[in-house]
Amino acid sequence: MTPRVGVITFPGSLDDRDALRAIDYAGADPVALWHGDDSLGAVDAVVLPGGFSYGDYLRCGAIARFSPIMAALIPAAKDGLPVLGICNGFQVLCEAHLLPGALTRNDHRHFVCRDQRLRIESNTTAWTADYQVGEEILVPIKNGEGCYIAEESVLDELERSGRVLARYVGGNPNGSYRDIAGITNEAGNIVGLMPHPEHAIDDLTGPSSDGLGFFTSILHRLVSA
Amino acid sequence: MSRVVVEVMLKPEILDPQGRAVEGALDRLGLVGVTSVRQGKRFEIELAGPLDASRRERLNELAETLLANPVIENFTVHVVEDA
Repeated sequence: MTPRVGVITFPGSLDDRDALRAIDYAGADPVALWHGDDSLGAVDAVVLPGGFSYGDYLRCGAIARFSPIMAALIPAAKDGLPVLGICNGFQVLCEAHLLPGALTRNDHRHFVCRDQRLRIESNTTAWTADYQVGEEILVPIKNGEGCYIAEESVLDELERSGRVLARYVGGNPNGSYRDIAGITNEAGNIVGLMPHPEHAIDDLTGPSSDGLGFFTSILHRLVSA
Repeated sequence: MSRVVVEVMLKPEILDPQGRAVEGALDRLGLVGVTSVRQGKRFEIELAGPLDASRRERLNELAETLLANPVIENFTVHVVEDA
């Protein structure tokens, strides 16, 4: 059976459609999920998309983190359900404490929107297995609050345990500590990434098709499971 | 009616770009000698009736999880009126 990958739409989500399309492009079965639902249904993995959930009120992701579907997602993620949070989705994962640290306002205060080179630092996660360690990819980035911060001890632990997933190359777009663009949890099933691989799945509409690997990675993981 | 004020500030070690922007504006507008501006949030919460122990407890929990993110922020909960 084709693996089913859900995408949660919150009020203010922007990139849910592109995430669904990327899942379809990769060959999995995209499933639209709604923030107000109490259950995840029968999905094998979940993407939290980019955007401005609840208008970014209070803090980015702070209100989405308490939406009804998150009450189902949080325990499922802790039990091993693969979850990818992109941009606002990364912020939601940090607010839910499924990932350490926080995303704060870009150090230069400007919204950034450009194509960004990243270096893949780990391919042992559910979402990056199709990449080579050290491989550079080009994907869009667009955020106002993408500055990844955490205590020094947390950063050291992330580095030591190989949980820095991707780093910015060719200029840090938002002041993120140690050029961190994405991280994973200890088990490697929960991944947060500030740039947008779902916008780079086809040369026709993106700067590359480099981002598709996140979605083929999860497909291959689920098919072989 | 009871009134509670929750104040939330970024931790001192966390860069506050908004505060920096305000600092720059104050300086530009002729306020001499500004050395630091930090911007925070203040929540004024009104509740019907007195604050019993369970509501106080829930309020403290929500201050710590919803109103503030302890990874980057400090907060205080101050009961202004309890009746």
